[in-house]
This record gives sequence, structure tokens and C-alpha cells, in this order.
Amino acid sequence: MRALRNAFDRLAPLFEEGGRLEKLHPLYEGIDSFAFKVGDVTRSASHVRDGLDLKRMMMVVVVALVPCVLMAMYNTGYQAALAVAAGADLLPTWHATVFRWLGLTLEPASWFACSVFGALHYVPVLVVVFAAGGTVEVVFSVLRKHEINEGFLVTGMLLPLTLPPTIPLWQAAIGTMFGVLFGKEVFGGTGMNFLNPALVGRAFLFFAYPAQLSGTAPWIAADFVGVDGFTGATLLAQAAAESGALAGASWSDAFLGFVPGSMGETSTLACLLGAVLLILTRVGSWRTMLGVALGTLAVSLLLNQAGSDTNPMFAVPFHWHVALGGWAFGAVFMATDPVSSAFTDRGKWFYGFGIGALVVLIRVVNPAYPEGMMLAILFMNMFAPLIDYVVIRANVQRRLARDAA
Amino acid sequence: MLEHYLSLATKAIFVENMALAFFLGMCSFLAISRKVETAFGMGLAVVFVLAVTCPLNQYLNDHFLEPDALAWLPGAEGVDLSFLTFLVFIGTIAATVQIVEMVIDRFSPGLYGSLGVFLPLIAVNCSILGGSLFMAQRDYTLGEATVFGAGSGAGFALAIVALAAIRERLRYSNVPAPLRGLGITFIVVGLMSLGFMSFSGIQL
Repeated sequence: MRALRNAFDRLAPLFEEGGRLEKLHPLYEGIDSFAFKVGDVTRSASHVRDGLDLKRMMMVVVVALVPCVLMAMYNTGYQAALAVAAGADLLPTWHATVFRWLGLTLEPASWFACSVFGALHYVPVLVVVFAAGGTVEVVFSVLRKHEINEGFLVTGMLLPLTLPPTIPLWQAAIGTMFGVLFGKEVFGGTGMNFLNPALVGRAFLFFAYPAQLSGTAPWIAADFVGVDGFTGATLLAQAAAESGALAGASWSDAFLGFVPGSMGETSTLACLLGAVLLILTRVGSWRTMLGVALGTLAVSLLLNQAGSDTNPMFAVPFHWHVALGGWAFGAVFMATDPVSSAFTDRGKWFYGFGIGALVVLIRVVNPAYPEGMMLAILFMNMFAPLIDYVVIRANVQRRLARDAA
Repeated sequence: MLEHYLSLATKAIFVENMALAFFLGMCSFLAISRKVETAFGMGLAVVFVLAVTCPLNQYLNDHFLEPDALAWLPGAEGVDLSFLTFLVFIGTIAATVQIVEMVIDRFSPGLYGSLGVFLPLIAVNCSILGGSLFMAQRDYTLGEATVFGAGSGAGFALAIVALAAIRERLRYSNVPAPLRGLGITFIVVGLMSLGFMSFSGIQL
């Protein structure tokens, strides 16, 4: 460690004002403070006394994502292995070539082979997302002279987990760049945006390349067309297509995450583990998460009561809604983004409730999108400033009334 | 019947939002969205004007303008006055806006001042004429036209108030100099309509 510190200190003058690489100071600063606790001391009033700065906070989120990442790698391989066991071939991509070269065989029982196969899909996407988004981030911070921020680290971790395993790498790169550029940098960087950058990137991909982000093809990394018993559709899509589709499915599989879907979103359990860490460290807001759950509960109960003869989604109960699709991942990691959610504590309840209510409505009422979490969160991101405005106004009014009395 | 009106209103507010799905009425949408209070006043004015002009124009369209609409008048069967549609619609709208302007001036001079030139310009706000034209094209009844007008206005009001709240928050952002003002607002509106895509495709 000391050698590393010395190396940083030796390089430091290059990046200080007047140094040869002065322009790249944000890059140096970013790497330095990523490795070490910030040693800068304020020289005048307003002294920061807490070690939990933005960077540490973002690191907590990254740590909380670890269960989802592990599950993403395992399940991507596991789903492909199930298809292969049923008679499908691997897709003719470099993944299969490398996998065979490693001398492994893909079987559902071998968690190691599954994880390696999944990692072959997940890691390249992660690398590309970091490279593409990182480039935008560095260019902006150099040109605009602000610090590189670990905010992007979280965006870069979140985005690949919301993508299907078969996503073409160039699309992952374009989506990230759009998300970081228009979701964040045009507003001035971390903390100044109003939408979740990772979701902006995903929504962009979702509407620009629907063939690679929706339908039945992308969710399993194997050539399963024509294999009996494999439609490739996610459980949500199946539930929307025919009534009783969920009766034949296993809820515990959906809860644990052994179902097709975007890489990191399938396991509700892994997301809950992350939620525990986020709530214990107070990085993620439990009010938002609980609000989402309550909203989902209220609207799903309402729609169960209302019922429908033609739309089987009306009958999907609460415990299925939370286990399916991106519900848990969105509620735990996306909705709680401190920048794009409501700022006020009371506002967070409304904000969360709105997301929960809306996600069920979109899933049930809108035939175009079987999954609704992404759009529900984006929609409520949009109204979070208004919620805050109303909450603050109400507070001001109440105090005025109290002081007048 | 109630169910039908309810779904019509939902459709007008969310699925076919005047501002964020059709991008109508952009000039006032972008110009009057700097403060939530003003935006709210503007929204209310649009709700009122749309809710009044839509049924009014529907009545005129149904009884005077459509081909053969004058059949109730002896000797006027087969008369087609539809070439007057635009003229009559805009006339109705302008008259209504005039009334709204006088009412606001009388009861809320502050709001009158902050709305400024955009209050009389509601008369040529495309979302208002758009509302009447959609109504005529879709052959709404008088009741449907009222619900549709009020719903479209509410959708516009919702969008403009949300935009104003976002812009108030963005006041602390460090937007690149060339994008400040209208530029970043355009980007915000684009991103907002991305959120409103949640409702596209809903059949009601």
C-alpha cells in the first residue's frame, strides 16, 4: 500500500496546477481517491467530519450489488444449460468457442460451469459499459473541470444487470453513452440530474432496439428455437399471454431467480440481501422501498378484486408481482437513487407508492410492455421534484398556521 | 357510461398527453414553466379554455358546420359549411380566452402579470385548437367533448407543472453554458416524454 501511495504522491505534481498533465487532473484525482481515503483538509469553516462522503456511499451500493452480480453470472449460465440439456445448441458466438476451449461442458448441475459461462456473457458487457460510460465521464470532467465521481461506478454496475445476456456489445456501449450524457452530464454531473442515468440508458435501448431488449429471443443465451418446452419468454410475458401460466410455474424459482430475464434482475432474494445492507448503512431509503411495496400491494389487490375476463394479468397476485421481472431490482437499487428520487422523507412515501402502483398498472393494463418497472421509475423520477415542492409547501403552510396561532 | 368517460379522460390525460405525446402547445409549455406557481396558473387557464371551447365547438360543428348539419333549417339541406371550420373554431377560442383574460386580470393581477403575453397567446396555442380538431375528427358527442377537453387540459397542466418543478430543481445544476435556458429545457422535455412512453400502446 505504501508503495502505491508513494507512486501517487510522486505523480501528483504532474497533475497539479502548472504541471504538464494539468488537464487530466480529474482522472488522477478520481483514481487516487478511489484507492485512498481523501486526505484533503478544509482550510476554513464548514469542516466535513464524516468519512462517509459520496464516494464511500457509492461503494456501499456496489458492495450491495455483489449478490445480484454473482446470481447474474450463475443464472445466465444455468438458463443456457437448461436449454442445452433439453436439446438446444449454444449460439454460434465467441462465447461458446471460448467456453469449449476452456474444456468445460455446460450442465445445469455444475454451478462452476454455469458461472463461467455466465461470466463470459456478463463480464464483457460490464467492461464495455465502463469503458464507454467512463470515456464520456472523463471527457466531461476534463473539459468542465469537475471531479470524476463514483456515481458513474454505480451507473456502470447497474446498467449491465438490467440488460439481457445476449445484448450486442455495441448496443450496450451506445445505451451507456446516451444515459451518461443525456441522463447526467448535460445537467452538470452527479447530483444535478433528475432522472436515473442507468434507466435513461436502458429506456433508450429499449425503444431504439426492441428486438434485442424485448420479446422472446434475448433472455436465454442458447439457440433454443424449435426445442420443446422452450418459448424463451419471461414469466411476465407468459402470464400476460395466457391465464394459468403462473400456476404451472414455481414461485420459489422466480423468487430465487432461476428464471429467464435480464441478467441481474431475476433474483428477488439477491436484491433483498442488497436491500438489507443498503438499509442498515442508511444509504438506501427504506421509506422508498416500503412505499413501492405498499403501492404494489394496494393496486394489485384492487385489480384482483376488479377482475377481467379477457386480461389474465388482472388476476396476478401481489406475491407474484414482487417476484417477477425487475420489481425487486428496481425497488431496491433504482428507485432509491438519492439524486433522482424525492428528497423529503414524506415525499419518499408518495414517490415510492407511485412507483409501486404504476408498475402494476403498466404490467396489467398496457399490452405493449409486459414489464413496467423501468418506465414506472422513470415516470416517478419526473414527478419527484413536484412531490417535493408540494411537501415543502405543505410544511411551510403548517408552520405558518402554527406560528400564527 | 361513466366507465366510458373515465377511460376517455385517462386517455386524454396520460396516453395522448397534449404536451408530451403530441408535443402541441410547446411555446407556452417551454416559456411559462420557470416557476411552479405560474405554471399552475397557466395549466388552470388551459384546462378552463379547453373544457369550454371543446364542447362549444362540438355544438357549432354538429349543428352548423358539418356537411348536411343545417338540415334542421328549412331549405338548407345539403349545405356544407365545413370550409369555415378553422375560422369558427379559432373565433370561439379567441372569445373564450378574452373572457379568461378579463377574469384573471380582475381576480388575480399577480398571475396576470406573470403570465404576460402568453395569456392572450393561449388563443393561438396549438394544443387548444388541436383539442377542437381532434374532437371534430373523432366525432365526439357533446359529453365526450367536454370530458376530452377537460382531460386534455388536465394532461397539459400536469405536464407543465411537473416541468416547472424539474426546472426549479435544475436551477442548482451546472448546465454547460451553451445549453442553459431553452436548450436544457428541450432536453428535459424529451426525457419527460420518454417517461410518458409508459402509457403508449394502452388501448382503452
